[in-house]
Amino acid sequence: MQDLPFTRFLAANGQLASDAPAWSAESQPLQQLYRQMVLTRLFDQKIVALQRTGRIGTFAPALGQEAIGVAIGSRMQAEDVFVPYYRDSAAQLMRGVSMEEILLYWGGDERGSDYRAASAVQDFPVCVPIATQALHACGVATAFRIRGEHRVAVTTCGDGATSKGDFLEALNVAGAWQLPVVFVINNNQWAISVPRRIQCAAPTLAQKALGAGIPGEQVDGNDVIAVCERLDAALQRARQGKGPTLLECLTYRLGDHTTADDASRYRSEEEVRQAWREEPIVRLRTLLAGRGDWDEAREQALVADAQLRLQQAVERFEAIAPRAPEALFEHVYASWPQALAEQRETLLERLRRQATQGVAHD
Amino acid sequence: MTERSYSLLEAVNLALHRAMHDDPNVVLLGEDIGVNGGVFRATLGLREAFGLKRVMDTPLAENMIAGLSIGMAAQGLRPVMEIQFLGFIYAAMEQLVSHASRLRNRTCGRLSCPLVVRAPMGAGIRAPEHHSESVEALFAHIPGLRVVVPSSPARAYGLLLGAIDDPDPVIFLEPTRLYRMNPQPLIDDGRRLPLDSCFTLREGSDLTLISWGGALVETLQAAERLAERGIAAEVIDLASIKPLDLQTLEASARKTGRVVIVQEAPVSGGIAADICAALYERVWFELQAPIMRVCAPDIPPPLYRLEPLYMPEVGEILAACERVLDFG
Repeated sequence: MQDLPFTRFLAANGQLASDAPAWSAESQPLQQLYRQMVLTRLFDQKIVALQRTGRIGTFAPALGQEAIGVAIGSRMQAEDVFVPYYRDSAAQLMRGVSMEEILLYWGGDERGSDYRAASAVQDFPVCVPIATQALHACGVATAFRIRGEHRVAVTTCGDGATSKGDFLEALNVAGAWQLPVVFVINNNQWAISVPRRIQCAAPTLAQKALGAGIPGEQVDGNDVIAVCERLDAALQRARQGKGPTLLECLTYRLGDHTTADDASRYRSEEEVRQAWREEPIVRLRTLLAGRGDWDEAREQALVADAQLRLQQAVERFEAIAPRAPEALFEHVYASWPQALAEQRETLLERLRRQATQGVAHD
Repeated sequence: MTERSYSLLEAVNLALHRAMHDDPNVVLLGEDIGVNGGVFRATLGLREAFGLKRVMDTPLAENMIAGLSIGMAAQGLRPVMEIQFLGFIYAAMEQLVSHASRLRNRTCGRLSCPLVVRAPMGAGIRAPEHHSESVEALFAHIPGLRVVVPSSPARAYGLLLGAIDDPDPVIFLEPTRLYRMNPQPLIDDGRRLPLDSCFTLREGSDLTLISWGGALVETLQAAERLAERGIAAEVIDLASIKPLDLQTLEASARKTGRVVIVQEAPVSGGIAADICAALYERVWFELQAPIMRVCAPDIPPPLYRLEPLYMPEVGEILAACERVLDFG
């Protein structure tokens, strides 16, 4: 089999290849990507800290994978639809999902998926069942095609998800119908404790696209310039009606699968240390600093500003009271069926009884 | 408006024509539904009338059909997806249970899932293995779904239009045994039937017979035989499996004091059990006799040589009625 394309412009040592895209020669776009990647990492660390102190539930950090989400967020148009998996706060923040919404979701409140920003209002919520979201993206793309709209559905998944039928069924129908959809595999090498090499015998995950008759390629997922560039090409293809693309972004999950996981049970410290040498933020900072476009003062200002925004978001999140008990019934159906009215009454009656007896319902 | 006779199958087709004509957001997808018009011909002529974009022959993957429908529904379309036989729906369960049923709730109403799953259900047509299932109870258990089973051409027409209009996912199960039985006059007036109401097919004061789908054939025959002996059975077509119209069921049980439930599906964990429990909770002191269930045993639908033994049978229903009538 012919080798699939692999794209990298920015090496781990911060060296930019001579064939890098023209826009990467400019300071502004790279600084913006850098700022967003740092913000994402600090947000991630903040949520993990909140979880460790019991102020938020289980969370899936994106440590080490910031470049992929930030590239997605920076390249999609507002009118496109994002169909994420559960390790996608980087892209979600850029789609306009607020920090409080992300905190609310992981903090156990459905309102965290009720995105208010116009650019995110049609985006899907975080998807927990593996790979199922790939099909939703194809459905969204089918709707675009039926209505003749030049919009694109972008969906993400992890390396483990490529083993599931949903993923392969999605590639298949996207190819058969030439749907305006972009599949991004966030290949972070680990599906909880199962490493990439025993997930699948194929040398690349991108080649799964070939069986569906669509282009597949690999990108260095820690090189934000390469991910942006290949996403641009895939988005343009889709928008022009030329069909879907599969991008396998190679990265590494530097953190645990979730805050409930302990990755030291199944992988070596040496492997993780090596992966830290490849991570996406340092290499971009090295490039920017080498060009005189970044320095310690700017770094400190960025971090201080981010910490302030995070702190304010956490305060707003913590000030939001839990939903009223009636809310449990509010959105199960468009309106709670009269035929089930008794069930709702039973719960509300229990609460009234407890209130008169002075028992808190939580 | 012309009135002619339609079979249940033709009524489904008529409702699909009407819905697609009235609402450009209604789209159909499934295996063999376009060029071929569906293996039962339920979607005949729709591709010709509404085009390739709105009547989609899909690749062969039930789970994909469901997942795609969810994405389309979230975008404001009203997909009516066909699963070729109910026995093939299990592949689509994760999409229907984990996503279709709860997209609205997960997003506090920001996104919703107004899709309809159409699937032929039930035994009695000498079909091959895996083509005779009645698994309505699996879906009734899932919050956020509605489950509807029509049992006449008029109810198929009105309920399907109601299901397509409904803002939430509806599992619409069509009894294959009734597809071509007893055509009835039908006016294509676009009238919707409510999705959460029973239909009283026959009034009576001596006992209540509750059934749905194909089993109503034998249930009505049993009521007729009872009538010949001067016993007036009330026959209720459940129609809405989820939610249950307990108000109607309760009123009838209160009136007659004697109830027999006829269910084609295996007995354990079935809808008949749910109805029993709900009625005991509500009308215990007005019941004159224990509620009886006539259901299939807990066996898979057999291949067709022994299929009749699996189906509800008039004699068996009458025997249950005898026991209930003889009590007290």
